Order: sequence, then C-alpha cells, then structure tokens
Amino acid sequence: MNTELLGIIASFAITLVIAVPLGKYLAKVFAGEKTWTDFLKPFESIIYKLSGINPKEQMTWKQHLKAMLTINSVWLVYGFFVLMYQDKLPLNPDGNAGMSPDLSFNTIISFVVNCNLQHYSGESGLTYFTQQFVIMFLHFTSAATGIAAAVVFFKAFRDKTTTTLGNFWEFFVKSITRLLLPLSLIVGLILAFNGTPTSYEGKDQFISLQGDTVNVSRGPAAGMIAVKHLGTNGGGWFGVNSAHPLENPSYLTNMVEVISQMIIPIAMVLAFGYFIRKRKFAWTIFGVMTIGMFMLLIPTIMSELGGNPAIEKLGISQSTGAMEGKEVRFGPAASAYWSTVTTIISTGSVNSMHDSGMPLSGLYQLLGMMINSFYGGCGVGILNYFIYLIIAVFISGLMVGRTPEFLGHKVEAREIKIAAIITLLSPLLILAGTAIATFVFGAYGDADWAVKPANWLNNPSFHGFSEMLYEMTSSNANNGSGFEGLGDNNIFWNISTGIVLFLGRFLPIIGPIAIAGLLGAKKYIPESAGTLKTDTKTFALMTFAVILVLNALSYFPALALGPLAEYFTMIGLRE
Amino acid sequence: MKKYILQSIRLTLVLMVLLCILYPLTLAFAGKFSKGEGSGEKVTKNGETVGYALIGQSFTNPEYFWGRPSAVGYNAAGSGGSNKGPSNPDYLQQVSDRVDTLLKYHPYLKKSQIPSDLVTASGSGLDPNISVEGAKIQIKRVAEYRKLDEKQLEKLVEENTEKPLLGLFGPSAVNVLKLNLALDELKK
Repeated sequence: MNTELLGIIASFAITLVIAVPLGKYLAKVFAGEKTWTDFLKPFESIIYKLSGINPKEQMTWKQHLKAMLTINSVWLVYGFFVLMYQDKLPLNPDGNAGMSPDLSFNTIISFVVNCNLQHYSGESGLTYFTQQFVIMFLHFTSAATGIAAAVVFFKAFRDKTTTTLGNFWEFFVKSITRLLLPLSLIVGLILAFNGTPTSYEGKDQFISLQGDTVNVSRGPAAGMIAVKHLGTNGGGWFGVNSAHPLENPSYLTNMVEVISQMIIPIAMVLAFGYFIRKRKFAWTIFGVMTIGMFMLLIPTIMSELGGNPAIEKLGISQSTGAMEGKEVRFGPAASAYWSTVTTIISTGSVNSMHDSGMPLSGLYQLLGMMINSFYGGCGVGILNYFIYLIIAVFISGLMVGRTPEFLGHKVEAREIKIAAIITLLSPLLILAGTAIATFVFGAYGDADWAVKPANWLNNPSFHGFSEMLYEMTSSNANNGSGFEGLGDNNIFWNISTGIVLFLGRFLPIIGPIAIAGLLGAKKYIPESAGTLKTDTKTFALMTFAVILVLNALSYFPALALGPLAEYFTMIGLRE
Repeated sequence: MKKYILQSIRLTLVLMVLLCILYPLTLAFAGKFSKGEGSGEKVTKNGETVGYALIGQSFTNPEYFWGRPSAVGYNAAGSGGSNKGPSNPDYLQQVSDRVDTLLKYHPYLKKSQIPSDLVTASGSGLDPNISVEGAKIQIKRVAEYRKLDEKQLEKLVEENTEKPLLGLFGPSAVNVLKLNLALDELKK
C-alpha cells in the first residue's frame, strides 16, 4: 500500500480512536455527571458570577432560542463596527486598512454563523487585533453556540416528558471550558512546535538566495488555526488557509488539522446516544453518516489520483495525480481526503484549491455541503440530520399506516410542517441565489461594482457556473470554502451571501430545537409491538434513501449544468 | 429580554479576556521555545537571513534547482493559487508553455519524464517543495551550469529529500531552498 493512502487511513482511524471516548465524555459533561475535568468548576463559577448568570436556572426551548439569538446579535453589532474601524485600533503592525461596510457585513455574519466564508485575505484584510478579538473569538463562540443548541435537543429526549431543558449559558460555557479551549491548547502547541508562528511580530523582509527582496506575512496564527478546525469554523489566518506553509507546515500538522476538525462532530453523534441512553440508535446514525462519507470520499480520491485528462494529453507525467492548486508536501490523496472532510462537516478550511480540482471532486464537494449532515458541523450536524430523521419517520409512518412516532413522542402536523420548511429552505436559498447571480452576470455585466459582474468568473463555461453554485452552496451550508476564482468582494456577493449565511444558519437551528421542544413536551408513549423502531438497519436505510432522494430531486439540474457537464466534456479527452 | 442582553454583554467581555488574551499569550510564550522562537524558522547563509525554511522562493537562475510555478510569484506578503479550472483553455495553454520552457532548458528530457508538479501552480503560491522526480530531472542541467559532477548532485538531492512521516504516511518531497543552499555550500 502506498504511503499517501496509508496516511488517509491512519488519519481516519486516529479520528475514531479519539472521537469515541470523547463522545462518552461529552455526554457526561452535559448531563452534569462526574468527569475528570470537574476541577474546572470553580473557574466556571467565576465566569458565571462575573456575567451575572445562574447556571441552575432552567429554560424552555423558547428561552434557549432567545438567549442564543441575543448573544449572537451582540456579536454581530460589535464585530461589524470593529472590522470597519480596525485601522484605528491597536495591534496593526502591517498597517492594514478598515473594511468597507458591505465586506464587514459579510465577514461578521460569516463568522458569527460559523461559516467563515472569506471575501478578504487575512494577510492584508485584517489586523492582529481583529484576527483575535473578532475572528478567533467567534471561532470559539460560534462553535459553542452550535454545541449548546445540540445539547438542548439532546435534553428534550433524555426524559420521558419535559419542558425544562437546562440552561443555555451553562451548555455554552462548558462547551468552551471543557472542550474547545483545552483541545485548542493541545493542537495549538503541536502547531507552534512544528513551524506555525505564535509571536505578534509584523511582516519581515529579507533578500532571497537569488537576490530578490521578499516580504513575509506572519502573526500569532497557531491558536486560531487550532480552534478553526476543532470548532469546524475553517476561516484561516492566511489567504490560502491551510494550504499556506505557515498555517499547515507539514504532513504531520496536516494530519493533526484534518483529525481535529472531525472529532467533535463525530463525538456529538455518539454523545447523543449516551445522553439519551440509546447507544444503538446513535451508532446507526453514525453508520449512515460514515457510509455517506465513504460514498463521497472514494470517488473523490480516485478522480484526483487519476489526474487531469487534459494535462495527460500534453504528454507529461502525472504519476502522483492532479497537482494544480495542491501542495507537494500533502499530495493529491491527502488533499482529496481533506476536501471531502471539510465539505461534509462544515469546516470549509482548505489545503488545496478546490477550484482547480477535477470536475467530479467538485461534484462531491457540492453534494457534501448540500447534504450537510454526514457528521456535519459542530453541533449543527446532528440537528440537520434530525430533520432528515423526522421526514423519514413521517414517510415510514405513512407507508405502514400508523401515526409516526419519534423516541416515544407522536410526530404531528406542526412538527412535520417545520421539518418541511427547513428541508425546502436549503434548495430555495442555493438555487434562487445561484439563479440571481447568473442573471446579474448575464444581464448586468457592466454594473459599476468593485468587481464587474462580467469579470466575476476566473474560468469560462460550465466551470464558471460551478464557481457561482459553489459560493451559494457553501454559504447556505455555513461551510465557508470556495471556488476561490470567483471575484466575490463586491456589493452583490457580500450582501447576497450575507443573507443566505444568516438564514442558512439560524433557521436550521431554530427548526430542530422547536421540533424537539414540542416533541419533548408531549406525553410519552411506551414502546410496543406497533412502534416503528428507529435503531434498526431498515430504518437506517430509509433515512439514507430520504437523504438521497431529497437532495437528488433538489439539486440534480444545477449539478448537471456545472460539474457534471464539465466532466462529460472532459472524459472524451481520455480516448 | 433585557436580562439576556446584559448577560450576553458581560459573558462576551469575560470570554474575551480568556480567549483573546490569555489563550494566545500562553501559546506565544510557549512558542518562544520552538525553532523559530514563534516568528517562523529562518534560513541563514553567512549569518544573513536568506529566507524562511517553510516558505518557497522564486528560482529562475539555471544554476539553481527550480521550484514550482506560483500564481503570486512567491510574494509571501500574500498567498494564492491560480484557481484555474481543469478544463480552462487559457490555463492548459499556460501549462503547455511551461512544458516548452522546461524542455528548452532540459533538452535531454522526454515529455513523459516531466512530473506535473513542475508545470502546475501550487495551492499557496509559496510551496517550498518539489517532488523527488522534479529534483532529479534538473540534476543534469544544474551540473552543466555549475560544472559539477552529476553523481555529487544525486547525493545532494538524496540528502535533502524529506521522507514520509515515520516512513509510513504521506509523500516524499524536496525542499528547494535547502537544496539550493546546500548547493551553494558545495561550491566553496
């Protein structure tokens, strides 16, 4: 077996070895059971006291949502102004300028919603102050928001009938003190000792071996890169993200980064099982997600290792695979693995340029983001999957002619309506967004914006269409990766994706929490012979079918116009 | 509602002290003990800094081994890939031109010996590495320009090849800057 494939297998294996015990640990932490990190309790008490919070106060699902939306709004307002006036603030050794209002609008939403779509480049677009006090701060807090929301959902199904679902602030603070911060310290130290800078020194200048004068951007990046992965955020310090040699210096750091972005989403799925005392159910969910991942991963690896047929035609050697937009120290296999991982969970960091990948890789990246729940982002992955579960329960119920039930609670019209709206939201935002963009590109090519619509696309034809589709998909999925050839720092993309980001984040959190809250409050019906069992292989298959059918029906036409069309024009070249 | 707003603001401020001050300062302190003292590992020649170990630089002089094409000309004040799609005709023309340039400087090569990393741009535009194959095919040219023995250069490339992690994971690669530095030392 070659070393590149072995590297991927090892990465996934280590991920599982960490994620399984982590899931068990998280369930205990959030259930308030004894864990070895309880020594942090006094420290947490100080945080609560200083913030005027009583962590024992019980909240209903509506109060949870209010608390969540309030603190998120505070960050939105704070960040919007700080980004605009960052040039007037300290810690700006490179003298970078403030952001334009539309760019600031896009950036702050993007980071509050855990998306991290970046229409700027970190080296010139931010200061060390905003990198840390806005970007890295939100890396922690947006991930903790997602995790806390998922715990509210867990709570609704732990007891038979309940309306009190714990305290939002407690879940939120614990997500940081017991999970994100300690893990970030470990990963940050590994990065720091493998070449990622940590000091606050500004740009450096030197004369290269050949005699050119070169400037190098630096900065305290290690801490941010650690949490950007652990929190499935993805927004990097440098413009090219984890393809940058200081952000991801070696194959070792590459493994560390790709492992760290996956452990919490997987752990959350397993934590669900421990938390509601239905471990088998969680493992079936994990099974569906893992099979889904491999169905996207294997063809991606094959298409990247196979190389670019158009380059093959030039007669040169592509013994390692397609190399445009990739780094030699990772190679195409690890880049393909990363591109799948970063799109199925909502990280969106990149270690290669997705725009230059093979057409089929682009197809699977898009699908990963459209489905958005093969593990999915920190906390929100399981919430997205919950919507699919409700739809699957409903359809199965119709098929066997019974009132659908989920974990002992009747699923009725109100819950199904919410699930249906959330399901329809993604295709609406993605497809309408792309349609409007395509229209503006065609009809208003000369509009006087920072980047003229006619000059948006870095590539012609089908691939150009894919660039726009990818941008909208990534925004809706709160992913944040991009086909970066797109000229996206202008008023159209900043505002349109800003809106998509916002809706694509909060509605898919509000919907599942509302359903869970409503279900949890209903009378518990004990399991009987007539109950539809949700932890069986049959039901797993049913969920898988629902995911496949919903997404195929929604997105096939758009995918056919983009990556599929490009693929079919290129396979002719192999003959 | 008002209660939530106040709690939100206070919690935000408390967490900022923890996450934006204490956390990065801890790492900055620890980073002092790393190789580049937290500011990036530098490479020196005769006491002068000639680059960063991890940041690739432009080599066009035929007396040096060349790195990969870069979409940003190895300007490390920024970073960037070409973002060219695989079927873009302009891009394919560009690759084809790069192949021609390589063949001009290495007339002894067959097209099929050129590894694709030498004619495609990296993701970061700052890739410090080339493939082992990419270094080997340049040996004959560098040897001719420097009037050195090819055997000696083969050994040098061998010495500057970074093996897979633990010999098991990932590709082998050659750090171009370190190789060229070793090459300059050789001349003396």
